[in-house]
This record gives sequence, structure tokens and C-alpha cells, in this order.
Amino acid sequence: MITRLAIAGLLAATAIAAVPAQAETLRLLTWGSYAPDELVKKFEAKYPDITVEVTFSNNEEMIAKLRATGGAGFDLAQPSHDRIFAAQQEYNIYKPLDLSKIETSKMQSSLLDGVKANTTIDGEVYAVPHQWGTSGLMTNVSMAPDVKAWGDLCDPAYKGKTSMRLRRTILLGTAFDMGEDPFAAYADLDKYQEILDKVADKLITCKDNIKAYWKGGDDLSAMMLSGEIVASETWDSTAYKLFGENPDIVFVPPKTGALAWIDTFALPRKGEADDAAYKWINFVLEPDNVKMMSASSGAIAAVEGGKDLLPDDKKAAVNAAFTDADIDNLKFFANIPPGVEDMEGKTLEKIKAATGAE
Amino acid sequence: MSSTTENDLECIQVKKHFGSVRAVDDVSFEIPKGSFFSILGPSGCGKTTLMRMIAGFETPSSGDIRIKGNSVIGTPPNRRNVKMVFQHLALFPMMNVYENIAYGLRCAGASKDVIRTKVHDVLERISLPDVANREISQLSGGQKQRIAIARCMVLDPDVLLLDEPLGALDLKLREAMKIELKLLQHQFDTTFVYITHDQSEALVMSDNVAIMSEGKFVQIGTPQQLYHDPSAAFVAGFVGDTNRWAGKVTRLEGETVEVETGAGLAMRASIRGAGRPAPGDAVSVFVRPEFITATRSADAGTGQADNRIDGKIDSILFNGANSRVLVRDSAGELIEADVVLTGGPEDLKPNDAVTLAWSAAQTMSFAS
Amino acid sequence: MKQTDIKRLSLYLLFAPFALWIALLIILPHLGMLYISLREKVGPRVYEFGFENYINFFNEPIYWNTLLRTGSMSLLVTVLALLLGFPIAYYIAKIAGNRTRGALFLMCLIPLWVSDLIRAFGWILLLRETGVISSSLQWAGLIDTPIEFLYNDAAVIMGLVYTVILFMIVPLVSTLDGMDNSMIEAGYNLGGNGPTVLRRIIIPYAMPGIVAGCIVVFMLTAGSYLTPILLGGKNSSWFTEQIYDQFITRYNWEAGAAFGFLLLGFTSFVVWAGLRLTGQTLNSTVAKS
Repeated sequence: MITRLAIAGLLAATAIAAVPAQAETLRLLTWGSYAPDELVKKFEAKYPDITVEVTFSNNEEMIAKLRATGGAGFDLAQPSHDRIFAAQQEYNIYKPLDLSKIETSKMQSSLLDGVKANTTIDGEVYAVPHQWGTSGLMTNVSMAPDVKAWGDLCDPAYKGKTSMRLRRTILLGTAFDMGEDPFAAYADLDKYQEILDKVADKLITCKDNIKAYWKGGDDLSAMMLSGEIVASETWDSTAYKLFGENPDIVFVPPKTGALAWIDTFALPRKGEADDAAYKWINFVLEPDNVKMMSASSGAIAAVEGGKDLLPDDKKAAVNAAFTDADIDNLKFFANIPPGVEDMEGKTLEKIKAATGAE
Repeated sequence: MSSTTENDLECIQVKKHFGSVRAVDDVSFEIPKGSFFSILGPSGCGKTTLMRMIAGFETPSSGDIRIKGNSVIGTPPNRRNVKMVFQHLALFPMMNVYENIAYGLRCAGASKDVIRTKVHDVLERISLPDVANREISQLSGGQKQRIAIARCMVLDPDVLLLDEPLGALDLKLREAMKIELKLLQHQFDTTFVYITHDQSEALVMSDNVAIMSEGKFVQIGTPQQLYHDPSAAFVAGFVGDTNRWAGKVTRLEGETVEVETGAGLAMRASIRGAGRPAPGDAVSVFVRPEFITATRSADAGTGQADNRIDGKIDSILFNGANSRVLVRDSAGELIEADVVLTGGPEDLKPNDAVTLAWSAAQTMSFAS
Repeated sequence: MKQTDIKRLSLYLLFAPFALWIALLIILPHLGMLYISLREKVGPRVYEFGFENYINFFNEPIYWNTLLRTGSMSLLVTVLALLLGFPIAYYIAKIAGNRTRGALFLMCLIPLWVSDLIRAFGWILLLRETGVISSSLQWAGLIDTPIEFLYNDAAVIMGLVYTVILFMIVPLVSTLDGMDNSMIEAGYNLGGNGPTVLRRIIIPYAMPGIVAGCIVVFMLTAGSYLTPILLGGKNSSWFTEQIYDQFITRYNWEAGAAFGFLLLGFTSFVVWAGLRLTGQTLNSTVAKS
């Protein structure tokens, strides 16, 4: 009897002791600037029993990290909307979302529906939108006022004065510029390969026109600000930042449409703090917090009226760049079917290895 | 100006200063053809610097060095026909014996056949005909020594410099190598300049020895001259074993002085070195142990020796033919004397009362 | 327990960390990689055992050209590092006084105190078209228009040599330091002039250090990533970039693992060939210096 009491007491004591120890850790795998310090502090103040650990990454590395562990090690990931479907099918790294725990009513419905459509497997939804932005062109209007389309980066008038990132975005942009619709061709990979071959030829010829391929926002910014290049493929957020430093540098949505991406929220398959993850998702969609987030990331939140929650300078940059027609013309990245990454990778290798045209 | 070609090597007023340190200070000497010349001095006396100047690794601050009558000042080391055996031999570990010896010939541009003949010749002459293909690490200490000499001799140098090459060997081998070096020198008939701080090496091997101290040559002479007729107190003290006293001149009598030592012993000595002392001058007095006879006081009688001192045997240093006794005199000092110990009952024993006797001619007095 | 047992036990205990380190951090991951490299992807989550990934490499000229390019540029970097490092090492080991020696060593070390990335950005600041060198040349009136020094193979090679030269200097200093000065003097004394002494005495003596330095430098260079990526131009591909792309951007771990093994095999082959050509062995060189 006494022993039993003692054991019960011990258990109770452990249980009591365990309550504060329940302090959860939310391990966040996201983009640089998608978890500003002040926002993390505010979140931790609101939920004192949750600690946030942030790992900054990019689409490819996020998937590689989750793949390496089969979806363990993180509780919330933020890949782009086109990186959910195939990755899940091939590597089984995410788990379905419980939409009832997310305040989806706050989200801009067109984006929400788009993401849901892109990331539903067997009736389960794997991602909801968070922020969106575009890839397009950036030009210094005082030196290259005529850059309007992807192909203008290859204009001999700007020989040695343009740049691009040798990744899939430029392949897709160039394909649109040549009058193709690469996303439609995803359904027919032979057709897509044909398009890629044409794009490769074009970009290999273009190589002489390029000063260097940029690798990250820093080297792109340095080249653009110093005037070493006058036009480049860019992320819109990078262009907005430079606009703040030199109003001559503006973001230009290509005439075939800027390519739009939506960064999402997805739960890694072996995530251990789902509740905390849902709390974070709902927390960052609150209007005040959206402002903080957009100020840091330069991207537009996927909430109703998200553009208005941008800080003033960014809003000015967006308004300078986009007309309503441009917004209508956005091309959202389509889901990447299995195998496409490999085809695109080979094409990029071919372009990189080619020793210039002529 | 070219002097007589009798001399393989001449140094004329050679000086070398490092900052304010005079490592070599006004040294002049000449070495006749084919002789074995040693430079003997305590470490730090400048002998190595002098040798490095002869080899060309240092340039004299002033003075001239002539080899076969021609000045070599300004000639780089590799153009001087002076070869050197280094203290640690400096055999090239990455080459075998053959390559080591052939190196100099190759540098001189000899043909393959000539090199082969010469290397095998020189290996014959040092009695190591079969080691050509050995690695350096496979040789014994004595063999390395001979290879190092062969490596130089194959080039027919005018002068061979040896920088304490026996220092690293054990005692037995060192004794054997002393004789061997002397024989090799005869065999090659080349001038050897040998640097050492070990007097027995210098005395045994050399035709002439220079005693060096604080950058200067104190005396140059044959080993016998240095031993028996030193020109300075430093030489008397440095070369050979000796009893030594400091004292004052009490009386002069022709070439002989009477000296009273600090401890109060009186003795008669012959005047050596430069200058004549006057009564009252401080002098250093030296007597070698082999010139002192020790006899039991009971048997001593009253011989005609210039110096007689009574004492008691403190200890006996048995060393075969070189045995010695330490005798404590009435003033309490120890005096060394050579004795013959035959192992018979008449041998001296500790605490025996003895009389020491020696002549004034063999007692050297230097002004100090 | 007997004394010998205790001795043996303590030997095992001393050896254990090393064995664990080798097994857990080197052998195990490599076995995993080997396993992955031998899987052929036939569909989503479906794999078969086979050599397809290796065959792909040999069928695609882009891949093996990049590997050969990486190899030859690494060799060039190694040679340059040796040519530049040897005089520095010789100066440090044989000529400099004791006090300057420490300072010189420290100066060689300083570049290692900052990360690869910072170092690369340092070079970028210097070499870019609007960078320090170009502007000062313009200011001095030597050139009229800015010159781009960045984004070409020369920049990559310079950056790499700068990064790895210390790994050449350290083993060279330690072997040259062990060389008795009288060895060099003997070389002159026996009639050798400067070049002869260098060729016949100093270099053969320093050979263990040279080989050790070259192996380390070659491996480091062939396996480097950041410097060639950041300083290289639009045509400079590096094999590690290829591996990164396979793993990260193409999600093709199988090919990436195969490439990793091919790089390992290739560099090992080059080192082996180099040892054979110079008549050295690992025992006589790396283990010694």
C-alpha cells in the first residue's frame, strides 16, 4: 500500500515536473528573412512554452535535408508551391495538413485554391500559401531603358552588361519569350525536351552577352549597383531593395509575364510539434505580423489585401513595377512532374559547359 | 702578388669581426705542402670561423687567404679547391655511397667512365671497396668517416679541411680513427687542416699545431715544441696535463728564478716566454706530472734535485702505464706525479709519506 | 588481471577513439554513399541495383570533361603553390632569424583565420571591374577603361593558390628545417653551384615534404567548392559544383554519390600516378614529414 502510494506520488511529481518541461521547440526550415528576430520574439512572448529554432535554406536544400532524414528534424517547412507534389510522391517527406487548425479564411482565396489544387494528393492537402513574389527582370533605366522581355538580356546592345542566374527560372522565362508554354508541355515530356533544347541553343548563343551568372542576391546587387551590369534576371524582392538605393533600378515584369512563386507552409512527415507549427502559421497571418514579415522579406503575404500590408517603400516599388495588367499576366510556377528536374538539370549543365557561341 | 708555391695554404693577417666581436683577430700562418696541420683551441676561440673563411663560407673582414699562392678572396666556395669534412660529415642521405662520392665529380663535369674509375679507386684506397651501393644509413660510424673523406679526396683538393670530424664517435673508434686519418693523409699526400678542441687528436696526428685562443694564434709549432717548450702560460696550461701554481718571484739567478707560491711553497723554475721577470713579479709556474719523481721519504735520501717537497699520498689513480699519485703537500695542496705501479709490494700506497723531486729546467715559469 | 591483460586493455582503450572515428565518420558514410551510387532509379521510390550512374558519367562528355578540367586545374594550382611556396618555406626554414620566423609563419596562417567565403569576397572586391585593382590602374593612368579580372579561370587559380599555399609551406618548412645547413654547404664545397645544389641536394632532401604538400594541396583543390564557384566565370565549371547540382538541384543523389566516388577515385589515381612518376611512396614521404 505504502509502496503504491509512493509510486503514485512519484508519478504525480513527475507529471507536475513535466508540465513546464513540455516547453516545445518549433524547428522552422525556411527562407532567409522569413523569420525576422522581432517576430520570433513576439511569438515566443505570446506562447512562452514554445521555443523557435530557425534554419535558413532554399527550395532545393529544404527538400534535400528532409529527404536525407525521411522528413525528420524539422516541424515546419516552407518550400515553394511547385516543390510539394513531386517531392512528396518521390520521397514521402511531408504529412497532410489539418485545415481545420488553420485560419484559411484569412488567406487570399485565389492563392489558397491554387496551392490546394497543386498540392492535393489522394484527397489530402499538403500545403497552404504564405507569401508570394515574382521573378522577372531588373534594369537600370538610365542605361538600359528598353529591357522589356526575357530575351532582351541577350540584346547585343548590352553585350557584357547583363546577368542571369543559371537555374530553371531563366529556362522557363526564355521558353515563354520564344512563344512556348513550358508549363503546358509538362504533360508531354518529349515536347518539353524539345522546348528545352531550343532554350538551350538560345541561351548558349546568349552566353557571350552575359557578364557572369549570378549566384545569390549579394553578388547580383553588387554588380547592379556598381553599374557593371545594366540589366538582369532577378527576384522582385532584390530589385525592390536596390530601388531603395537607386531609383533608376526598377523591377520589370517581362512582357510574357513575370514568373510567380508562392512559398507555402508544409509539415515534414516526422515533425514533432504540429500544434506549434499551426500556431506559427496562424500567428504570421495576423495583419500586424504580416507587416513585420513583409518588411523583412519583401514578399507579399497571401492574405486578403496583402499588398497593402507592405511597408511604404516596398509598396512604392511594387506599384512602380506592376500594373494591374501585369498582375493578371503572372505565370505561376506549375507543379514539377517527376523527371523534369533531371531534364532541366541536364540542360543547365549543357549551357554551363558550352564554351560560348560563335 | 704571388708568393712561393711551397705553401698550400697561407693566411695573412686575417680578421673577422661580427659586430664588435672579433671572432678571428689578425691570424697569419702558412702550411707547407703535404703536411698535417691542426688548429687547437677551446670552443668559441674562432677556429671554426677561420675554417669557414678558408672554405669560403665567410668573407674575412680584412687580410688575405692564399691557396697554392693565389688569393681566393672573392672566389665562391664551389670554385675553391679546398674541400671540407664537416663536423657531422654532412653525407647526403638521399644518395648512396657511390652517388655521394660521384657528386663532386659530376659537378666538375667528369665523364661517366672517369667517375666510375675514380670512385672505385678512392674506395679501394680507403679500404672499403664493396660499399659503393650501400645507403648512408647502412654504414658504421667509422665507415661514414672514411666515405666523407673519400668524397673530398676524389676531387684532388689542394687542402682538406676537417672540422672536428671525430667528435661524434665513441672513444675506441676515435683512437683508431686518429691513426687512420694520419695514414690516409700520408697516403693521399695532401695538406690536411684539422680543427679540434681535443689536444690528443691534435698532438698525435699533426706535423704542426696552432694553438688558438680568443681569435688569436698563441703559438704554432710541432707537438713536441708545444708540449715541452710552450711560449705562453696559456699553451703550457692548455696542452698536456700539468701542475700549476701562481706565485711571486723572490730571487733571480741567471735563467732560473726562485718562486714562492700563494700557499707558501718555494721552488726553482726556469724562465720561459717573453720578457724577464723582476723580483716581486707575479708568475705562473707549471710542472708536468711525468717530470716529478715520487719516492717514499724513507728511501729518498738527500738527492741533488732543484725542488724537493715532502707530502703524503692522498690517493692513487691507477691507469696502467699512465698511473699517477695525488700527493698532499705540507701546504695542503694536491700535486700530481706519474709513478710506475708494477703490482709488487714496493708500490706506493695511500698515506705513504713521500718525497717529490723535480728539476728547475723542467719547471716553467711565465710572467702572468 | 595479469599485467599483460591490463596493458592490452589500455591499448585497446587508447585505440578505440581512433577506430571509432575511422569507422563511424569515414568508412560508414562512404559505404552508404557507395550503396546509393549503385542504385538505379526506375521510378518514384523504385530502385534497382546497377552501374547505370557510373555508365551515365562516361557517356556524357560534359561530366568527364568537367572532371578532367578540375583535375588539370588542380594540378596547375599544385604546381604554382609549390613554385611559390618553396622559396617562402626555404626562407622561413633556412634564412629567417628565429623571431622573424614566427612572424612569417603567422602571416601565412592569417588567411586561414577567415572563412572561405570571406576570403573569396575579399578577392571579389579586389578583382571586380569596379574593384580596387581595376580602379587603381585607371587612376594611375595605365588603362583607359575598367578591366574585369574576376569571373575567369585565372581568378579561380589565384584564389585557390592563395587558399592552399599554407598547406604546401608547412610540410616544406618542417622537412627543410630538419636539413643540416652543412648539407647545403657541403654541396657547394664539393663544387656544386647554386642550381646544382638546389637540384641535387635541397630538392631531393625536401622530397618528402614536397610530395606531402602536393598531395594535400591537390586533394584540397580538387575538392574545393566555394572558391571556384564564386570566382569562376560563366564557363568555369568545377566537378564539386557538378556533385552539388546532382544532390541538391536535381535531387539525383544516386548520380551525386557516383560522382563523389568518381572524384575520389580520380584524385587517388592522380596521387598514385604522381608518386609512381617521382619514384616515391606514401611511406617514404607523407608518413615521414
